Amino acid sequence: MLLSIAWKNVWRNKLRSLIVILSISLGLLGGLFYLAFANGMVQHQIDATIKTQISNIQLHNPKYRLNNEVKYTIDSPDSIIKKIEEINGVRAATSRIKSTAMVSSAITGAGITINGINPVKEKNVTTLYKKIVYGTYLIPGKKYQIFIGQKLADKLNVKVKSKIVIAALDMSGNITYGAFKIVGIFKTESTNFDLSNVFVLKNDLRKLIGFPSEQTTEIAVLLNNNDQTDLIANKIKKIFNRAISEKKLDVETWVEIQPALKLINEMFIEYSMIFLIIILVALSFGIVNTMLMVIMERVRELGMLMAIGMSKLKIFLMIMLETIFLSITGGAAGLFLSWVAITVTHKTGIDLSAVSEGLNALGYSSFVHPMLGFTYYILIGSLVIVTAIMASILPARKALKLNPAEAVRQNV
Amino acid sequence: MSIITTNNLHKIYDETIVPVYAVNGISLEFDKGEFTAIIGPSGCGKTTLLNLIGGLDQPTKGEVIIDGTNITQLKQTEIIDFRLKNIGFVFQAYNLIPVLTAKENIEFIMQLQGIPKKDRDKRVIDLLEAVGLKDRMNNRPSELSGGQQQRVAVARALASKPKFVLADEPTANLDSKSTNNLLDIMLKLNEVEGTTFIFSTHDSRVMQRAHRLISLEDGKVQQDQKIK
Ligand SMILES: Nc1ncnc2c1ncn2[C@@H]1O[C@H](COP(=O)(O)OP(=O)(O)OP(=O)(O)O)[C@@H](O)[C@H]1O
Ligand SMILES: [Mg+2]
Repeated sequence: MLLSIAWKNVWRNKLRSLIVILSISLGLLGGLFYLAFANGMVQHQIDATIKTQISNIQLHNPKYRLNNEVKYTIDSPDSIIKKIEEINGVRAATSRIKSTAMVSSAITGAGITINGINPVKEKNVTTLYKKIVYGTYLIPGKKYQIFIGQKLADKLNVKVKSKIVIAALDMSGNITYGAFKIVGIFKTESTNFDLSNVFVLKNDLRKLIGFPSEQTTEIAVLLNNNDQTDLIANKIKKIFNRAISEKKLDVETWVEIQPALKLINEMFIEYSMIFLIIILVALSFGIVNTMLMVIMERVRELGMLMAIGMSKLKIFLMIMLETIFLSITGGAAGLFLSWVAITVTHKTGIDLSAVSEGLNALGYSSFVHPMLGFTYYILIGSLVIVTAIMASILPARKALKLNPAEAVRQNV
Repeated sequence: MSIITTNNLHKIYDETIVPVYAVNGISLEFDKGEFTAIIGPSGCGKTTLLNLIGGLDQPTKGEVIIDGTNITQLKQTEIIDFRLKNIGFVFQAYNLIPVLTAKENIEFIMQLQGIPKKDRDKRVIDLLEAVGLKDRMNNRPSELSGGQQQRVAVARALASKPKFVLADEPTANLDSKSTNNLLDIMLKLNEVEGTTFIFSTHDSRVMQRAHRLISLEDGKVQQDQKIK
């Protein structure tokens, strides 16, 4: 009975209720879209970083990660890779030799990380070969090629076919030099990565610094699904638990390798949630205001209801239900609108190339595909319900304070 | 046997600069089956008296006893429940819930009382017949004339089977035809079912049909006469 009266009361003043519903739904649309936008941006960043740079899981000598010294190596990488690739959910794995080095052109020099890779296997793990702007990827068998980022090329003022000199420490700690010819220039979404990473063939680097065969610096593992990262990392740890306990091997996920990535992303989501909560609080003021107005207009009717014996609890509930219905209708409309907007823009993507220079420096893509998990809709739906209940208390209490004798007198 | 007794009833509004003695020592008895009009000039205290009898307002002094219950001593929640079970109300206006139909408005009070659906249905139809509005039962108040709305209000007041009905100027907003019609219905209910009506009015044609006339002045009973 109360439910039906409350619902009918919502539609007594259609225009006013529609305005409230519209404001709630637009507020939610704004908040949710912003959330989806931020989420799309960060998810893309995670995705891109995993795909072009770090992969889902990496293995190192535990000491290597302390200060990246080339002498800390992993033994028999090929057998490790073989075992890892047998795990269900692993797409591919590859090994890299890494060393810190100086690169210099005729103009200037820069500190970088030099990556010795096997281009054939690397293609299965990272998509850097898709990010070429000039030239080609490393060609197997051709000696002393180097593949560098555009930002670094600009800094060194070099082009494809230019020669650059690498100075690195060899295994015994002496400086050694090598000349490399640029075969290709890449550009990822992260300026920082482009500036500080160069790629050469594994054998060339091995020769340059005297790196032992049957050893490597890093093994990178790409999974089919990022959600399985922890699960598979644990499986790998189990398989190699002896080497791990002997401190010869360390298994880390991308979160452990780049904690900032995850942190920034969580922060982004948190900020968006705060933004959304502010919107909800603002909306709740609007709802409270409207409902107080409704009560002022209905003083005589409420007085009459009290007079004929409607209990205070029932009046309280009736007003509360009215407020909640009003808010939840707006909330449902808002969630639906947001879902439509997010689904559509997720498909089409939003082009931010006008401001992309700054975004790339932060490691973000200039093309954003807003997206939002189903759980967010449920979470925000619940937040709307909580807001509605909170917003309903004040008007409902106000209704209780009416004195029936005075309320019915107002009919003069 | 008296159903309502007021003992030395006072209502003084003293938040005003000069205190207003709206009801100033009224002792009255009302019997079952009365059809009583409370009359007097504007501001004489009619509404205040009816509100005190109906338990909508607390007296400053004195007491109201309904069928042996001293309602001035009831707690807030008890008095609401007491009104629901014992007193029918008809006001000058805003009697009905606008979003409900005539039938639903009458049913509403029985729902508050927790009467089962099938008993409600029968009584609603009976009452609508008694006030001559069976054919309009699915109309909302806004689709009814003022007189029809008041008739629904009377039916609603009776739906809870109260001990008596209080009506504060029930005809004030009605034309003379609707006024007569409403009074006909009230009188018929009074005669046939023995319903007790106590109502206030300004209208001399309404007074003429009352069985007892109580005239007030300055919060005091000036005259109390039985006509029939
Ligand atoms: N809340 C209040 N505060 C102060 N004075 C009040 C209040 N309510 C009523 N009064 C005064 O009490 C007196 C009696 O009022 P009441 O409404 O009972 O008169 P009434 O006989 O019903 O008048 P009317 O015929 O105009 O309806 C009036 O003088 C009125 O101004
Ligand atoms: Mg009055």
